[in-house]
Amino acid sequence: MGQTLLKKVWDLHTVRQLPTGQTQLFIGLHLVHEVTSPQAFDALRQNGWTVPFVDRTFATVDHIVPTRNRQRPFLDVMAEDMMASLERNVRDFGIRFVGLDDQRQGIVHIIGPELGLTQPGMTIACGDSHTSTHGAFGSVAFGIGTSQVRDVLASQCLALEPLKVRRIRVTGTLAKGVYAKDVILAIIQRLGVQGGNGYAYEYAGDAVDRMTMDERMTICNMSIEGGARVGYVNPDDTTVDYVRGRPFAPPAEQFDRMAAWWKSMASDADARYDDDVEIKAGELTPIVTWGVNPGQSIGIDSRVPSPGDAADPKAVADALSYMGLEAGQPIEGMKVDVAFIGSCTNARLSDLREAARIVKGKHVAKHVKALVVPGSAGVAKAAEREGLDEVFRSAGFEWRGAGCSMCLGMNPDKLEGDQVCASSSNRNFKGRQGSPTGRTLLMSPAMVAAAALAGEVVDVRELG
Amino acid sequence: MIQRITSVSGRAIPMRGNDVDTDRIMPARFLRAITFEGMEQHLFEDDRKLGGPGHNRHPFDVPAYQGASILLVNSNFGCGSSREHAPQAIRRWGIQAILGESFAEIFFGNSAMIGMPCVTAAPGDIGALMTRVERKPATVVTLDLQAGTCDADDFRCAISLPAKVREAFASGTWDTTGLLLDRYDEVKATAQRLPYVVGI
Repeated sequence: MGQTLLKKVWDLHTVRQLPTGQTQLFIGLHLVHEVTSPQAFDALRQNGWTVPFVDRTFATVDHIVPTRNRQRPFLDVMAEDMMASLERNVRDFGIRFVGLDDQRQGIVHIIGPELGLTQPGMTIACGDSHTSTHGAFGSVAFGIGTSQVRDVLASQCLALEPLKVRRIRVTGTLAKGVYAKDVILAIIQRLGVQGGNGYAYEYAGDAVDRMTMDERMTICNMSIEGGARVGYVNPDDTTVDYVRGRPFAPPAEQFDRMAAWWKSMASDADARYDDDVEIKAGELTPIVTWGVNPGQSIGIDSRVPSPGDAADPKAVADALSYMGLEAGQPIEGMKVDVAFIGSCTNARLSDLREAARIVKGKHVAKHVKALVVPGSAGVAKAAEREGLDEVFRSAGFEWRGAGCSMCLGMNPDKLEGDQVCASSSNRNFKGRQGSPTGRTLLMSPAMVAAAALAGEVVDVRELG
Repeated sequence: MIQRITSVSGRAIPMRGNDVDTDRIMPARFLRAITFEGMEQHLFEDDRKLGGPGHNRHPFDVPAYQGASILLVNSNFGCGSSREHAPQAIRRWGIQAILGESFAEIFFGNSAMIGMPCVTAAPGDIGALMTRVERKPATVVTLDLQAGTCDADDFRCAISLPAKVREAFASGTWDTTGLLLDRYDEVKATAQRLPYVVGI
């Protein structure tokens, strides 16, 4: 009987079974950021613990960083405090760190892959639920809380329970104007926001096989939005080609042997799955969320549901009322105030290229505030080399520095009042984008670009 | 000091609704603090402020529920972000255990790490218990993790907690660092068999 990648990676990293019956799992890469780590470092100090595997630990700043004025000290005293705290912690404990003035700074889930830190066959942990992004490389990557950040810092291990594996095969070809973002939104729509609880999602099928690493990352990123803490794609030539030559990739003389090992970690053809689902790519249309969780979404040419037709009428009524929508109205034509292209889901170079292609030579609607926040300084630089920053600026977008920004509004980039934001990010929870009454419509970066131009939700397929 | 957790007893606070996310529980702007101290002051802050005409008072603001130690919720509670600030705020408010239909996985783990069991029961039982507590907030609810029962006056239902987690609470090893630091030689040995650590 063959094994899944999850099982192979899990077994290889198992230190022992704990007396409680949980597995003690070794973590091959620990990514650290400013928001979920200060209390963990404090616990280390209080207990006199050190970080035994500093060479398997890497830190950066992303959540709180301003994307416009980055001068220190920050105007936000709490953010300055948090920043200073991480700087002190990485110095005291000897952890590798890329700070604000470093050319490699960016959203942790974007720079891990970009720098070649993220590799197939690894276990990866980070105090952030979107750590599932790294699964695109065939690693097993867990989002964790601060107490677990403390555990990984002190012991390089986590105490975990094994996961079941659901294979999601995406078959066929995506139509023009339909993207990886639409695929994952469709998966969440079909399986529900808690459908993945207790599962790792293995994304497979010929459509995923043909996807670039950027696209695979977009899909794995939002696994957690479907309730799956872990999502992954089996490593193949696309994965190997992406990692080759990156700063932290294996040295050239070892690379081919390492690549062979990576591929050997892929799920075997005869592996058994706890569940198997097929999504037909050809049937998908651009998807937009209408509600207050990522499962509340519809195709661009559909109408928002009525409470009466829903399994949970109260939840639908509550979401419609929060969003200011009437039951049964089309989502197309909904007015937007803000357009945000950014986040660990969709702020890579390919996302910016696609959005730029749509806005080139045009201009955002008068009433729309539009911003592009590249996922990393590296992405920003590459985009600037291609002149994308100028394309966006001429079209009326603001071009900002790298960070998490308006995905969660922990820095100065926030919605105001009940503004509606067309967003390429990952969560449309109430208040998510920094205003307690702000409203978020999740969609692909191309759809955000199209909405920015029209000033309302439109079908990107009609723009050609 | 080992703290064994085998049962939790006290008044309860019912909070109806599915898919309550951690951004609701603890809005991101309060995550800028570098300690968890005082986190409970911002628990459900946005929901609580949105109250007023046409809105029911938020359960955490109902006087009769003050001092409750068990939170009653519906399904997929704690979905979204991995922020431990959410369970920290609930725990610091005074809640010692959460009983619900289901929990998001990261939230469940984060709560366990701070000694706050998240136990499940059938939707019908949760609904019945919520109604009972809403009618009589002074009801004392007892969760017996070992026996797998929830009692409230003459109400009784089955509750469940995965065996390994129940064992961790019972043995006082829910805070895992001690266990994980126990056999450092085995951790090193594991690292030494990883191709990406030692080379290939």
